[in-house]
Amino acid sequence: MFRKPMALAVLAALSGAAGAADDAELAAIRSQIAELKKSYEQRIAALEDKLAQTRAAAAAPAGPAPAAPTVAAASAFNPEVSLILQGQYKSMKNIAERGVTGFWPAAGHDHEEGGIKGISRRGFSVEHTELMLGANIDPYWRGQATLAVADGEVEVEEAWFQSLGIGHGIGLKGGRFRSGIGYLNEQHAHAWDFADAPLMYAALFGEHASYAQDGLQLKWLAPTPMLVEFGAEFGRGANFPGTDRNKNGAGAAAFHVHLGDDVGTASSWRAGLSYLRTRAREREAEVHDANDVHGDALFTGRSRTWIADFVWKWSPDGNPKYRNLKLQGEYFDRRENGDIACTSAEAGAACSGALDRYRSSQSGWYAQAVYQFTPNWRAGVRYDRLNSGSTRIGAAAQAEIGDENAIFHKYRPSRGTLMVDYSWSEFSRLRLQYARDKSMAGIADNQFTVQYIMSLGAHGAHKF
Amino acid sequence: MRRLLILFWLGLAALPAAAAVEVLATVPEWGALARELGGDRVRVFTATTALQDPHRIDARPSLLARARLARLVVANGAELETGWLPVVLRESGNASIQPGRDGYFEAAALVQRLDVPHRVDRAQGDVHAAGNPHVHLDPRNVLKVAGGLGERLARIDPDNAAFYQARLAAFTSRWQAAMARWEKAAAPLRGVPVVVHHQSFAYLSRWLGMEELGALEPKPGVEPSSGQLAALLQRQRERPARMVLRTAYQQAAASEWFAGRAGIPAVLLPFTVGGSSAAGDLFGLFDDSIERLLQALR
Repeated sequence: MFRKPMALAVLAALSGAAGAADDAELAAIRSQIAELKKSYEQRIAALEDKLAQTRAAAAAPAGPAPAAPTVAAASAFNPEVSLILQGQYKSMKNIAERGVTGFWPAAGHDHEEGGIKGISRRGFSVEHTELMLGANIDPYWRGQATLAVADGEVEVEEAWFQSLGIGHGIGLKGGRFRSGIGYLNEQHAHAWDFADAPLMYAALFGEHASYAQDGLQLKWLAPTPMLVEFGAEFGRGANFPGTDRNKNGAGAAAFHVHLGDDVGTASSWRAGLSYLRTRAREREAEVHDANDVHGDALFTGRSRTWIADFVWKWSPDGNPKYRNLKLQGEYFDRRENGDIACTSAEAGAACSGALDRYRSSQSGWYAQAVYQFTPNWRAGVRYDRLNSGSTRIGAAAQAEIGDENAIFHKYRPSRGTLMVDYSWSEFSRLRLQYARDKSMAGIADNQFTVQYIMSLGAHGAHKF
Repeated sequence: MRRLLILFWLGLAALPAAAAVEVLATVPEWGALARELGGDRVRVFTATTALQDPHRIDARPSLLARARLARLVVANGAELETGWLPVVLRESGNASIQPGRDGYFEAAALVQRLDVPHRVDRAQGDVHAAGNPHVHLDPRNVLKVAGGLGERLARIDPDNAAFYQARLAAFTSRWQAAMARWEKAAAPLRGVPVVVHHQSFAYLSRWLGMEELGALEPKPGVEPSSGQLAALLQRQRERPARMVLRTAYQQAAASEWFAGRAGIPAVLLPFTVGGSSAAGDLFGLFDDSIERLLQALR
């Protein structure tokens, strides 16, 4: 690697000692070497050609002249394979049980030692490795699976089939898929513009920051020059904010409308409105009851979420390669109502397991801007704000649960984030991020993240 | 409100009834060709302009809507649009424009492609396994694609088959006459050594017999650093190029810098229809390109 410059340096030093008069001679030698090299290269190329011809002749003695080169037949039917490598270094406060104050924790009860999985991991860590396989199945269907591989587990993030042949603007998707609600919900973590999801997504859907359905999605595109898309989904509804309820019929329903168009050649936008309706049965949250005894709050009832989203992309003349700007914002409103109970197996608990009324109305939003100012560099800023709103719990349950639990506190979590990232190509990116996180009451956490995202293999198109 | 609704439904009903064939062309050159061959029987929407890098296009909402309406998608192919077209086609809910159907036409599939890599490795940059996709700057390729596209239009819209065939015949004879004119005018360009920003002009160079000494981009799709440009300048002293070529969508800085140091002209070629004011259609594109090349030679 270093040999060449060194040799050049030596050469330069020698020529310097010999005097400037040798420049012409040097040039002559150079051109001779170049010519020598060229003639060798030509000869090698000729030999290689000959070899290839002999081989081809041996393989196919009566073969026709080669047509336009194509992919080898055997690999042409192989699915597109892509693998995402993602990992980070994170520096932040050591907080055993991270959550968002005033919001029901999506992780429920199952957190590992040292806090909720994934959220509170400090220092170096490898995020899950994402393996994607996709292909057209036949002229009518396409299939795709995304597997998240982590230590000792493989999780099926998505596994769906999609119609190609229905026509009339109708698209049908079935299996496990990221719901079409909101804007960010369909995007995988490697496509995010920040190292973590907006607070709002963490509060709404938990660790994955995305609502996934096991079910069916039906979409219809109106035959109009601007995008008008309607979507309806029916699914199992096992994911937070719902729970698995072992029943026939749909456990969750979601609907969305997307509008979008260009403004001149430089800008384009998309706006959406979505609604998710699901139910929970005995959805758990860890509490310390009125007697400071460990217990569980259980919610059973209906959960309804509205999300409004908006994205605006701008680039000079609509050519995003050198410079582009992306503005994005989403707002949600979630209402839940039903019953709450508090249970505990421990002695001296105030929790009795008796049902009482529960009613909550919460909201939040984020807004972000990401500017790519050279082909390789981008910078971004994001602001998150949530409102724990009003949560009304019946007097009897309130007396059992007590007032000390963060999930029922009135609070407005917020977070400000700055990001800068460098991309060597569309396939590799290194990101530096600073966030001042006030998602927990009484704690202002300065978080530094260095993250890498590398994608191998066929990395297909992203949605808008 | 009620009147608006009625208008809306009338509009919906009128859309499929409109006689013109809706065409979605991914790049300006094939949009222009569809216009040449389809005349007033087609309505062409072009997804990109000459000022946009066709490798880097977002799957914009408007493209989804246009794909939904289209009866024919005229794509370039050879992986030029992999970043956005597959997802637009899949999400369009339009069965007739899926690859393999009559409503999906791929230009590059009809011509012999140059620079097909023996080894596909991303260490080589943004290489296309199917070869260099910018096939349209060789007018002989345009003729081949026109033949295929004319035939495809006739198949999709059989009522107007005779119309398309007549337009194709007229286009072919005009094009052949123009080609003879261009080849004659461009004779001084034969053997002229050039440097390019990106391998955008491989087919033009081969057709005109220009010798491409290299590209400013160290690897396809990777912008050159100043160090790399300086190294190129060193090579320029050994084997001097006569000019630096770039497209209308590439940044001027790199080729201007190089040209300034090397004392040779930096030439902006329209690259596709709309890339310069003179390149208003396919004929103008070649007229203007050759004119600019000759200008730089003088």
